[in-house]
Amino acid sequence: MFKNLAPPEYLATIDQVKCIRCKRCIQNCGWGVYSWGGDKVLINTSKCVKCLRCYHYCPEEAIQIVDNPTRFKQNAYWGYNNIRNIKRQAETGGIPLTGMGSDLPYTILFDNLLIDACQVTNPSIDPLREPMELRTYLGKKPSSVDVEKGKDGKLKLKTKMPPQIKIDLPVIFSPMSYGSISLNAQKVLAMAAKECGILMNTGEGGLHEDLLPYKDNIIVQVASGRFGVNPDYLNAGVAVEIKIGQGAKPGIGGHLPGEKIPLEVARARMIPVGTDALSPAPQHDIYSIEDLRQLIYAIKEATNYKPVSVKIAAVHNVAAIASGIVRAGADIVYLDGFRGGTGAAPSIIRDHLGIPIEYAIAAVDDRLRQEGIRNEASIVAAGGIRSSADAAKAIALGADSVAIATAALITMGCTTCGKCYTGNCSWGITTQRPELTARLDPEVYAERLINLIHAWEHELKEILGALGINAIESLRGNRERLRGVGLDAQTLDILGVKPAGR
Amino acid sequence: MFEINAAGVYYRDLNRQIRDAIAAGQKEIRVRNVNGQYYIGDGLRGNATIIIEGVPGNDMAAFMDGTTLIVKANAQDNISNTMNSGKVVIHGNAGDVLGYGMRGGKLHILGDVGYRVGIHMKGMKRQAPTIVVGGTAGDFFGEYMAGGVLILLGLNRKPGIPIVGDYLGTGMHGGAIYIRGDVDKNICGAEVGIMDPDAEDEKVLKESLTEFCKDLDLKLEDIMKEKFRKLVPVSLRPYGNLYAY
Repeated sequence: MFKNLAPPEYLATIDQVKCIRCKRCIQNCGWGVYSWGGDKVLINTSKCVKCLRCYHYCPEEAIQIVDNPTRFKQNAYWGYNNIRNIKRQAETGGIPLTGMGSDLPYTILFDNLLIDACQVTNPSIDPLREPMELRTYLGKKPSSVDVEKGKDGKLKLKTKMPPQIKIDLPVIFSPMSYGSISLNAQKVLAMAAKECGILMNTGEGGLHEDLLPYKDNIIVQVASGRFGVNPDYLNAGVAVEIKIGQGAKPGIGGHLPGEKIPLEVARARMIPVGTDALSPAPQHDIYSIEDLRQLIYAIKEATNYKPVSVKIAAVHNVAAIASGIVRAGADIVYLDGFRGGTGAAPSIIRDHLGIPIEYAIAAVDDRLRQEGIRNEASIVAAGGIRSSADAAKAIALGADSVAIATAALITMGCTTCGKCYTGNCSWGITTQRPELTARLDPEVYAERLINLIHAWEHELKEILGALGINAIESLRGNRERLRGVGLDAQTLDILGVKPAGR
Repeated sequence: MFEINAAGVYYRDLNRQIRDAIAAGQKEIRVRNVNGQYYIGDGLRGNATIIIEGVPGNDMAAFMDGTTLIVKANAQDNISNTMNSGKVVIHGNAGDVLGYGMRGGKLHILGDVGYRVGIHMKGMKRQAPTIVVGGTAGDFFGEYMAGGVLILLGLNRKPGIPIVGDYLGTGMHGGAIYIRGDVDKNICGAEVGIMDPDAEDEKVLKESLTEFCKDLDLKLEDIMKEKFRKLVPVSLRPYGNLYAY
């Protein structure tokens, strides 16, 4: 009788006059909010997460999901989540889980940075009529290049180039595993990556055979659970990523809940059906930079020297760690910031550990430059990239490319409700329930994701044009073209950015 | 038999020589004077047999898929890391974190092994790995185990030396561990149940140990003289109650 002492967050309401009893809401809700009562639809609003699937599929617009006006008493210190989590913990003794990136109101540096533009004294460029280069190559670059004259008298490159991954624009998809998201959602990412000339990343859940046609646009991941890793897998994609950490849950491992482990996922991961898939917090063969080097080169030996990316969460000492990663032989350092998303993380970890990506990019770029090894690896920045403006700012701070996940899922219907860990996603994204995943038609939704990437591509070109530069590489690390608004002197110093007006 | 002299050869060159020999169709390769070279057998495929004379370095047989490696001496850490199939036989002791995330094939070690051996091993139906350790093992033996078989024999132990360290099978949620002799419940993870092997287990043990004895020239009767105990996970979801939804 003491269950659910927290009032429901949302009220699902049906206008009984408009309702035609078509039951589409019952069918569409993955959460069990609606049921049939004989003559009308019954509502259990405590199950509602406001994912708006029912709203979109109600032909009569009879459904409204409203924020419950019955809240805990307004309190500027004790927020709704504080009180609700205490009540949940009092009921269960458990660790409250959450999905998506942190939604707490920490300062968002991206929103305090503005980009320069040309006026009078330097001409801007019109990207609609002039060439604009967004192509990016990820991988080690030589510190210098030698050329020699060939037999035909023409100059050719003498320096042996390390392997490079060509992407048509510096926006790639972040790792999301088969298990955490549905196979159809992975297919959407793979199709869009191929069409847009960018990359998707398998995450740690193996590579389903249906994704093999897209292998030239796939990075495969090796993490602490070593799920799905075999020689075919390592050699399938264009690169291999070692995942050390994730921005949403730095320093902890992953427990993919048993609800999301049906037979197909169990087979891909080679674990029993219905168990929690455990990705240990550390990789027990990596306790040091030297150990990391050992795994990087074990992978290179097994793949005839494909590029290796190392993904870490942005934490306090990120610059020194990134330096170690580069020295350990990584071709790409993937930084995942505090706002980075997750399929499941303890909210106490997600909301309180790590640092925002903006600081991490600047700190890592500075450190690698100071040490003269910035060319040794590319930086991929992720963790809360919401728009092409965020992407441009991240690149101006020093990233070679950004990676997006939440933005890509939003094109598939995600409303950032944050309940990915339950496996009930009504949009068929973060679920393995066949009746839900079947809704996500890969071809239909790939089209929408391709649209998003093309739109960002146009926007990035517009930004470059306004800046008067015609190649993304002229923006990379070009912090002179950023200004801070309302930031204190120390933050500006860390970012290497002047205040607006200077 | 094709021979490679590893004396003073950098690991990258040595492993290239081995790969080239296999690509050229060599089925039996002897690598002499090995002295700590890393990654021998890393990612190798096919059914060749490689005999290693000397002590190989870390990450031997990582990601290996089908090949057989026979080490005539001791070996180091991280052997059979995420190995897919094939076999590794070690006529001596070996180090820490052996068979991490191993997915198939066999790892036979005559002597003692270090910490975190057989952690996070996996299995799906007939594709399942087996590790047999002739001597003793350190802490965290079979941690997070999700599939496959771990057998620990504790042969030739000096008096007072425990067969295995603490935290045995912590986080185990699949597979089976067989220990020769009795097991103290207090050294096991909370996720582990201890029982006597049944007829099916005896079959698994006999089959695995017959091959182990053949590889390492031991007598099966001697090993089978003592009874085994079987460790299995008590729950498919050891951390199912950890979270509030």
